[in-house]
Amino acid sequence: MRGNAEMHELVAPGSLGAVLDLLAAEPGAWTPIAGGTELMVAFSAGRLSAAKLVSLWGIPDLRTIEVTPLSVAIGAAATFLDLRKHAVVNAEFPLLARAASWIGSVANQSRATLGGNLVNGSPAADSSPALLAYDAEIETISVRGRRKVPYSEFHLGYKRNVLAADELLYAIHLPRRFARHRQYLRKVGTRRAMAIAKVALGATALLEQGIIREIRLAAASLAPYPTRLKQTESALLGQALTRETVLAARRALLAEVQPIDDIRSTAEYRRRVAVNLLEEFLLELRREGL
Amino acid sequence: MSTHATTRIVGAPVPRKEGVDKLVGRACYVDDMKREGMWYGATVRSTIPRGLIRSIAFDRHIDWSKFAVVTAADIPGENIIQLIIADQPCLADGKVNHCEEPILLLAHPDKHKLREALGAVRVEYDPLPPIFTIEESERQDQIVWGADNLLKSFMLEKGDVDSAWARAAHIVEGEYRTGAQEHLYIENQGVIAEYSAKDGVTVWGSLQCPYYVFKALRGVFDLPEDKVRVVQTETGGAFGGKEDYPSVLACHAALLAKKSGHPVKMVYDRMEDLAATTKRHPARVRHRTALDKDGKLLAMEIHLDTDGGAYSTLSSTVLSRATLHSTGPYLCPNVRVRARSWATNHVPYGAFRGFGAPQAVFAMERDMDEIAAALGVDPIELRRRNFLHQGDTNATEQLMREPMMLDQLLDRALQESDYHAKRAQFARENARNPIKRGMGIAAFYHGSGFTGSGEVYLNSLAGVDVTPEGKVRVLVSNTEFGQGTNTILTQIAAEALGIEYNDVTMAAPDTDMVPNSGPTVASRTSMVVGRLIERACLQLIFLLREQAALGATYTSEEFLAACERYRDVHGEVSSMCRYQAPPGIYWDDQKYHGEAYGAYAWAVYVAQVAVDTVTYSAEVEDFWAVQEVGRVLHPVLAAGQIEGGIAQGIGYALYEKVVLADGRMTNNQMTNYIMPTAEDVPPIHVYFEEIPFRHGGYGAKGIGELPHDGPAPAILNAIRDATRVSFTAIPLLPEDLYAGLAASQPVEEPALP
Amino acid sequence: MSANGKARTDALWPAIRFTVNGESRTVNVPPMKRLLDVLREDLHLTGTKEGCGEGECGSCSVRMNDELVNSCLVPVLQAEGAEIQTVEGLALDGELNPLQEAFLHNGGAQCGICTPGMLMAAAQLLAHSPHPSEAEIREGLAGNLCRCTGFIRIFASVAAAAGASESEPAKEPELEQTHHAR
Repeated sequence: MRGNAEMHELVAPGSLGAVLDLLAAEPGAWTPIAGGTELMVAFSAGRLSAAKLVSLWGIPDLRTIEVTPLSVAIGAAATFLDLRKHAVVNAEFPLLARAASWIGSVANQSRATLGGNLVNGSPAADSSPALLAYDAEIETISVRGRRKVPYSEFHLGYKRNVLAADELLYAIHLPRRFARHRQYLRKVGTRRAMAIAKVALGATALLEQGIIREIRLAAASLAPYPTRLKQTESALLGQALTRETVLAARRALLAEVQPIDDIRSTAEYRRRVAVNLLEEFLLELRREGL
Repeated sequence: MSTHATTRIVGAPVPRKEGVDKLVGRACYVDDMKREGMWYGATVRSTIPRGLIRSIAFDRHIDWSKFAVVTAADIPGENIIQLIIADQPCLADGKVNHCEEPILLLAHPDKHKLREALGAVRVEYDPLPPIFTIEESERQDQIVWGADNLLKSFMLEKGDVDSAWARAAHIVEGEYRTGAQEHLYIENQGVIAEYSAKDGVTVWGSLQCPYYVFKALRGVFDLPEDKVRVVQTETGGAFGGKEDYPSVLACHAALLAKKSGHPVKMVYDRMEDLAATTKRHPARVRHRTALDKDGKLLAMEIHLDTDGGAYSTLSSTVLSRATLHSTGPYLCPNVRVRARSWATNHVPYGAFRGFGAPQAVFAMERDMDEIAAALGVDPIELRRRNFLHQGDTNATEQLMREPMMLDQLLDRALQESDYHAKRAQFARENARNPIKRGMGIAAFYHGSGFTGSGEVYLNSLAGVDVTPEGKVRVLVSNTEFGQGTNTILTQIAAEALGIEYNDVTMAAPDTDMVPNSGPTVASRTSMVVGRLIERACLQLIFLLREQAALGATYTSEEFLAACERYRDVHGEVSSMCRYQAPPGIYWDDQKYHGEAYGAYAWAVYVAQVAVDTVTYSAEVEDFWAVQEVGRVLHPVLAAGQIEGGIAQGIGYALYEKVVLADGRMTNNQMTNYIMPTAEDVPPIHVYFEEIPFRHGGYGAKGIGELPHDGPAPAILNAIRDATRVSFTAIPLLPEDLYAGLAASQPVEEPALP
Repeated sequence: MSANGKARTDALWPAIRFTVNGESRTVNVPPMKRLLDVLREDLHLTGTKEGCGEGECGSCSVRMNDELVNSCLVPVLQAEGAEIQTVEGLALDGELNPLQEAFLHNGGAQCGICTPGMLMAAAQLLAHSPHPSEAEIREGLAGNLCRCTGFIRIFASVAAAAGASESEPAKEPELEQTHHAR
């Protein structure tokens, strides 16, 4: 244990408004902490540089999951356990429910939040491929008001995102339009539980008469931040699932991804497994389409 | 001699002796303890793998007058951690030989100020070229230890290997590698030390061998026996990792206690424990085997080399056990094993469950499958043809006097696992399935107790006493760390004394109170120490009958009453027993010839493994473990030992990699040193056969380490069966499977039809 | 600085209140102090253990507001008003509860260091899933690392406590004794 609790200020204003006022008063000075499953690890390791933290835990406005006819709005401080328990999330966004079940353990899922997962911005983030495949939209909030940004534009670089210094991630919106889409999500980790993704692939695709009318592909750990695989999507959009299409998609994926060697795995392994996952997904599509 | 056929307590699943305390959170581990006026200690460690210490500076913004600072200069006795060879300094003095080598110690009452001060000590080095591999050490371009980097070597020879090659119908060669492995006990290393001029040194700590620590403290402090006291606290897992390292930690804390005038607690956090403490020796094992036309072994030549790290610690004894387990449960008339342990600039390697045998058995059992493939023979048949039987001699020309049942163990393992049917089924299904399945086996043994004359050398003393309050106590320095020492020894005592399990307790593992019954290592506790307790108890009953009118049958109350009558005459009630080697034991330490071990446990393990060719992950789907272990003293504890050892063996094979860069462990966190979780372990089916060993406690042989020897080769043999590709190194991670399975196929080409 | 090296007196930290094992407790500690350290150091409840400080091993698991959490990752300020249960709160009037009994008789604890957290995770599982399948038991305990048991007897202990019959219950080992005349 290398952290010193006396060196960090932690406040819990208790309401969303009070939190936003604080962020506005001293932009960049306060680090929001929700479930703490990332920040407290850094704290224990003596690596937490944030001197001032503001707690988002227990603020009801941030933890709701609201269902409207066209979308589901997930509060940024909804935990992964909240997601796993939610009927509509399970029924209409199964990839997200599945990703939630893969995050750490039950004890992590009861505290880790969807917003925290996105703001932490790890390229291996478990929820990101599902959110990208579901065309999620991010809503941010500050004293200046709210704005929305497609999730695919939320990350700007390695651990950098569009949030302004006084802004908080408020909600994640998922459009309720994937009932007829084929869906795929697979994570490859070091073991079956408690594993950071070495590579993951998420996908939603709409087929009509054997032609791919819509395709969204997203990966973890193949780029500096969670990203859609746009070139690979282009190779598939409007195509039938022939052997040529599959080969073209493989080539596009190989050209598009930028895996690295790190402590968990190698670039070569990641590249090969990514292609295998893509192929597994496309084969499933072809089988189900018959 | 007691009859082993019917027992009331031995063999029964009595509740774990200290189980209730553990279940209600009352068990006291070292970090749960506080002493009045206690300070905390921390270690300044080398950041380079090899070099001279040019200077040590202390940043001026810290008020160093409030700290206790200890360097090598403060050591009253010898700056050496006493173990086998006196080569490991307690604190580095002028030079360092591995990353994380302890240089300087600090203590302070405030943990946070201590941590701040740790970062304020500036050590400057003149680096020297480090070496990190067996090959570099063998080449001797850099000499980092002694005259030639060689920590230890053995040559074991039987028959005439050199002339066998010419007669051979087949000659097969193979090279096998095993990596380092971390114990990952869930409780990190820790001690609390006190010092006073009047009483000397007292250390409480998480440790396996109080008398090892006792000896180390005596050496560092130059104190007589009555001025050193070591007490084991409840220990949260050890697996050999707390066999020798606690001596280092104890000396450190005690030096700080002496310097500061306060008790000092030193408990590592996980990052420090992973980076700085011992691990399993990496090994490279080369086999060259000659067989006749019927697939019978003619000759084996084995070159077995380990990486010992910067100091020898236990490298010589690990090498010894590796040597003696390297030839497998097979009859071979001509054998040569050349074993060597090499110094490198890695953190010193040390004891870990199996102690050289997992490395040796991995190579032997993988090699048997490679031989089978080369000869076109079924791997089961090859083993059967070559099994040792009662009356054969093994590689050290030890006559296998005890009954043996390897064939029956094999039969049982095949039957329980449905090996042949499954293998055939997988062979049919694999072609059309991206998941390839296979079955693999390993046949092996583990020698119980210290090698050769080791137990004689240990000269263990153990026994029982009865306090005036009527408490019957087992007096041993053997420790509980989950494996069941407390339970089995009190079972044995209660059985032999004819009283109840709840009537018997363990004396505290405190060197002030218990004799030296040897370390808790080498799978010796149930066999060797258990037998001492059994004898001591039978001795006491004899004396009570002779001298205190104890009847032929008696209740617990009558037993205690007899004890009081005995006490009236003798002043105390105690019965101690010293180790006696079984008759006819002959061992030549120079030639490595004779009775290597008093007893062997024998086993055949079967693994069913699935290899996913999309992700290149291998998972163990099912596992069967059949072993003959002498008498099973406690069915639940024994099965728990097997299951736990197998889980560690699975980790050793498929998950656990110590990632080293420039001599430093870079994955020194639980998030990236990967052990199997509850979702990863397969079902494990455990079967015991018992041939009671008359020199073991109630017939028991050792079982603690056996289960770690078998899983890795069984698993990799299964992977060979599943994929038809041979893998010869562990840990075998998906990245390695990928390299072997698919890397030759261009990534542009689709894998699936 | 006071004699034991504390930089500030307790009174300077605002009070944080919560319930532990049914008892109301108040601490005056830095709000970032880990709940684990508050339990062990300030409330002297040393049953909950630290194995990694990273939320990986689960030996610090406690139940907070009827959910399982790793107390090494909870800043105590966020436990304000919470109901916390630790291993010390499991026993009923000094008697082992059925889960603890099951562990005792099925070999669920060896060295015991993972046991408090494991019991918490098992208690959490059984509270929400009284008759869990083996897969549910494995998932419920996936965040609690045990290095001694290989988990097998822990599964059996939880199943025994649940009184449920699994498709694959952990079996007692089969013992055969071969007598040899000498």
